[in-house]
This record gives sequence, structure tokens and C-alpha cells, in this order.
Amino acid sequence: MDYKGVWILAEAHNGHVHRISHELLSRGIELAAKRGAELTAVIFGHDLKADELADLIDRGANRVLAMESPQLEHFLVEPYSACLLKLINDYRPEILIAGATSTGRTLMPYVAVKAHAGLTADCTILDIEPETGNLLQTRPAIGGNILATIKTPNHRPQMATVRPRSTRPAPRQSGRKGQVLRMKAPAELLASRVRRVSFVADTAEHSLQDADVVVTVGRGIKKGENLKLVQPLVEALDASLGATRDVVDRGWLSYPHQVGLSGKTVTPKLYVAVGVSGTIQHLAGMQTAETIVAINNDADAQIFRVADFGIVGDLFEVVPVLVEKLKKAKGT
Amino acid sequence: MRIIVPIKQVPETNAVKMDEATGTMIREGVESIINPLDLYAIEAAIELRDRLGGEVVALSMGPPKAEKALREALAMGCDRGVLLSHRDLAGSDTWATSCALAAAIRKIGPFDLILCGERATDGDTGQVGPAIASFLDLPAASYIGRIEQVEGGCVRVHRLVEDGYEVLDVQLPALLTVVKEVANPRLPTLRGKQKAKAATIPLWGPADLGLDATKIGLEGSPTRVVKIFKPKVARQCEKMLAAGDQAIATATDRLVEFLKAKDLI
Ligand SMILES: Cc1cc2nc3c(=O)[nH]c(=O)nc-3n(C[C@H](O)[C@H](O)[C@H](O)COP(=O)(O)OP(=O)(O)OC[C@H]3O[C@@H](n4cnc5c(N)ncnc54)[C@H](O)[C@@H]3O)c2cc1C
Ligand SMILES: Nc1ncnc2c1ncn2[C@@H]1O[C@H](COP(=O)(O)O)[C@@H](O)[C@H]1O
Repeated sequence: MDYKGVWILAEAHNGHVHRISHELLSRGIELAAKRGAELTAVIFGHDLKADELADLIDRGANRVLAMESPQLEHFLVEPYSACLLKLINDYRPEILIAGATSTGRTLMPYVAVKAHAGLTADCTILDIEPETGNLLQTRPAIGGNILATIKTPNHRPQMATVRPRSTRPAPRQSGRKGQVLRMKAPAELLASRVRRVSFVADTAEHSLQDADVVVTVGRGIKKGENLKLVQPLVEALDASLGATRDVVDRGWLSYPHQVGLSGKTVTPKLYVAVGVSGTIQHLAGMQTAETIVAINNDADAQIFRVADFGIVGDLFEVVPVLVEKLKKAKGT
Repeated sequence: MRIIVPIKQVPETNAVKMDEATGTMIREGVESIINPLDLYAIEAAIELRDRLGGEVVALSMGPPKAEKALREALAMGCDRGVLLSHRDLAGSDTWATSCALAAAIRKIGPFDLILCGERATDGDTGQVGPAIASFLDLPAASYIGRIEQVEGGCVRVHRLVEDGYEVLDVQLPALLTVVKEVANPRLPTLRGKQKAKAATIPLWGPADLGLDATKIGLEGSPTRVVKIFKPKVARQCEKMLAAGDQAIATATDRLVEFLKAKDLI
């Protein structure tokens, strides 16, 4: 098979390169190194910024393929897939990775069908099989209870989506060299039977995924009103508040707070789990945090298996004391 | 207006076992239900039909017992059901599944809309909807939280994305995948159940759809499950017991030190 090279699908939102692109570069750098291949970032949009495209090189791409047109300013499945298919046919990448975003999850299956490629959704681990050079795609399956490793032996490109925030953005290194190729999208590929009439932005701030510190409450807090006990801890750590699904299902906090398989994935510097048991589904959304602290009165709770520091005790007693000590420590 | 709703039958609980050899699920002995997220597609379809006239056809690919899911859909108010079932279809990945479903949809005949669930709770990929659209060369819009008016051959929808929602006009025929916000699924009525019981549900196989063996089942699937395993979770946890005031004071002091040492406070 004459397919080669690792591609990531960078995304532009409102004309700017989005963070997911940099996360995908992290994945791509590793795979390209293992495969001994070049790393290409593909991006669609309109009036993309030259410095942001160059930044993709600084963050690890060897080449940027940018296809532009006013019709590509926002994601529309038909023109995006037609353009991506053209690039795939012209350049024949071996591997193509996208974010499991509203764009990636829609575009990739549409393209995979027409490219007759295999596609694996929501991968958490990507690796190269040493003997064959095949992409090994590992994802949670059956409600997160198990992990399945999937490969695509006979079809190219090998396509996968990865969850946003499951990797850190690739850092910038100055002085890297690479090629930025900007091209106008061919007019015949731009027809769309979907028209974007308008966009309505969310008003609420959901900063959970951007937070350096996340404090998550589980059912151990017993009642919604007990959140007021945890609130001072959230403030003392300057954290965002997360919740397990049980907490959200009970209506103590709203869905945007949910961390886990069916909620958000977070990778903060510090994750503090209060009264959280640590089921596989919850761990799926937070295990990649740098440091994990757990407070739980059950010494055998699963959460301690992923924690770096654990306090086995009653949260109603421990949290107020901890808050006082944190305040003091910050004061000094 | 003819609306087709592909629904998947999924295991009720999470207590599913895997066949270690083939990497596929063992479905025997587990209660099966309609994929909960497909109920929203069914409801949205029924509401559109009640408003605009026409019919709703529920379509499912699965083992013979998936007929039960179709009867449940009929009991909710779908007009007819079609079951796609054959042992050669077993082991299909999302490519092969959507290939077969697309072929069945072609056989059902002209339609205005296909409504899919956002994802199935077992396979959990959310790929089959957009993939069906691709096989049928249809415009597609995913994550639809609201279906507004149908007018001039277009449907106006809200597509929920990361930071808000897009308002889209989608030309019919089209495929939409819907999320929970789109409707409140109704419960089946007694009359509906009786009607569902009496209904005949045609059973189609690959031969009825002119599908060749290289495009279906395990053989037609580009992806292969090579390994399944339990996620292993382990960090070195410094665990402090904190029962009684003294122990609590010690443990929290130690935690504060720990956080300081890591530059986290
Ligand atoms: C398909 C699927 C998807 C899912 N997705 C998610 C998801 O995205 N996110 C998610 O979180 N869950 C998810 N779940 C649910 C998950 O399986 C668990 O039900 C949930 O995570 C448990 O939440 P919890 O830890 O708050 O509650 P519990 O499991 O009830 O744990 C409460 C913990 O609090 C401790 N506790 C009680 N009292 C105290 C006290 N006084 N002091 C200290 N500790 C105390 C207990 O020891 C216990 O460990 C999903 C499940 C399925 C099947
Ligand atoms: N075997 C199937 N039969 C009918 N519809 C299906 C089947 N598998 C998936 N679908 C449809 O595709 C959607 C997404 O499924 P999935 O890609 O498996 O997560 C589901 O919500 C259904 O609407």
C-alpha cells in the first residue's frame, strides 16, 4: 500500500485555530515518531491567520495543508467531506486522526464511508504495532467497563477520533521548520444542501475543562444542600466544581458539571474528589489529571487506586478543617 | 412525509459479557431494550408525522429477537417496522452496519427524513447515522436538539455544538441525528400495544437487498477488535486515616504540605 504519513485534522473556529488541533498534534508527534513518518496538519476554513498556521509547525507538524474558502468558514458536512476526500486521494495518508468534537464526530464517519476506511471513535490510547506498523486504537467499550483495542489491517487511511482534553496541547518549540501550503478549495467541491442560518452562543460559562484545579463532588455529600460545605474548598483552591453522574441525576448540579464517560474529560493540574467512589465511568473522565486527591470514608474505594494522596475519613469532618488549613497556608 | 427511524436493540444492563476470541458481545441471557437514545428519534418522528401527515417506518438490524424492539416502536406510534436480520450480517462494524441499513432504506423507497439516535449505548460510536447519510449521499446534520418548521423542501433545526447551537436549514431528503433535547418520548398506549402485536414485520436479508458478501458482516468490516482488557488503574497513593480530631489535623496538615511541595497552592 502506498499510503504514508500521519495526519491530524486541525479545526478552526471563527477563523482561529482551536486548541483541539494542538492536542491532536501531541498524539500525532508520538505516532509519527514511532512510524518514522511525517506529520501533517490539515485544516479547513476561511481567512486563516498565517501566524496560527505557522504555530502548527512550531508545535510539531512538518507540514500544514490549509484549504480555504468562504464556504468553509463553518463546518458543513458536504463541502468539508468533499475537500477532505480530495486531499486524501491526492496525498494518501496512512493515518488520519480528528477530535471527537461535534465536527470530527460528524465529518469522520461521512468521509470513512466514501474512503472505504475503518474508523474508531473516542480512542483514549493510540499506538503503533511494531511488527506491522498498524495503528492500534484503544477505546472504552460497553459502558466503559472494558477497553477494546481495534485495528484496521487492510484499509487505508486508518481513521480515529480522540476525546478532547484527553491529551495536553503540544508545546511550542521555536525554530522548527516546515511547510505551510495554503490552497483555495475547488469550487466544484463546495456545494452544500445544509445552510447555516445563524449561531447562538451559550451564555453560561462552563469553565470546567479549562480549569487548573477541579473539585468534584460525589454522592457522598448526601444532599444537594451540603454543597455549601464544599463551596469554601472550591474557593480556597480557586477551583471549578465538577460532579459525578449520580450527583447530576439527582439534580444537585447541572449536566455541564458532569465529569466522566458520559460527561466531560478534564486534565487539570489538581483534581480533588470528595465523596466519589471512583467507578470506571467516572475515572474515564479524570484519570489523566496530573495530581489526584481523594477524600472518602471507605478505605477500599476505587478512587484511591488512581489517587496520589488520599484521606480516609468523613468528608463532613475533614473538609472544614482542610479549608481552614488551606486558607492559612495561602495567607503565609 | 415519510420518516425512517433506524433503531438499535441494546442490552438493558451493563452486565454484558464479551467473547474473548472474536471480541464481540455475548448477548444471550441479557434483557434487551430499544437504545434509550433512539426513543428521542422515534418521538420526534411521530410528532412530525402527526403535524404533517405521512408515515414513520422503524428499521432495525440485529438478531431475530430485535423484532421485539420494532414492536415496541410500533406501540409508541410508528406505522410499520422492518427487520434486517441474517447471520451473515453478524459482526458488522459501523461501516458494514451503515452499508446494510442504507441498502434497506433504499428498498423501503422514497423518504423525506431519516432520524437516528445520537449514539447507541452499547457500541457507543455515534458513527452509524452520519455513515448512513454518506452511503445515501444525503445532507446530514448531527446533534439536533430542536426541529422547527418544515417549509419549501427544507427543515430548520438547531444543532447543539460545544459552545452554543447553530440554526441550520437542511434540504430534504436528509438525515438528522437527534439528542435528548429534541422531544420527550411517550410511553406506549394499550391500543398501540395491541396494534403492535398484530402487525407483521417483514424480515429482510442481504439477498433481498442485493448486498454482496464482501460488504457485510465481519468480512465487510474494515476494523477488527484485536484485544479486550480491563482498564488498569494504579497510582502510588499516600493514604492517611482521618478518624478523630487528632488524625484529621495530621492528615490535613500532610495534605497541605503535599500540595505545597507540588506547587499546587
Ligand atoms: C454508560 C454509563 C455512563 C456513565 N457515565 C458517567 C459519567 O460520565 N460520570 C460519572 O461520574 N458517572 C458515570 N456513570 C455512573 C457511574 O457508574 C457511577 O454510578 C457514578 O460515577 C457514581 O457516582 P458517585 O461516586 O457520586 O456515587 P457512589 O458510587 O454512590 O459513591 C459515593 C462515595 O461516597 C463515599 N462517601 C459516602 N459518605 C461519605 C462521607 N460522609 N465522607 C466521605 N465519603 C463518603 C462512599 O464511600 C462512596 O465511595 C456512568 C454509568 C454508565 C453505565
Ligand atoms: N443495528 C442497528 N440497526 C438500526 N439502527 C442502528 C443500528 N446501529 C446503529 N443504529 C442507529 O445509529 C445510531 C448511532 O449508533 P452507533 O453509531 O452504533 O452509536 C443509533 O442511535 C441508531 O439510530
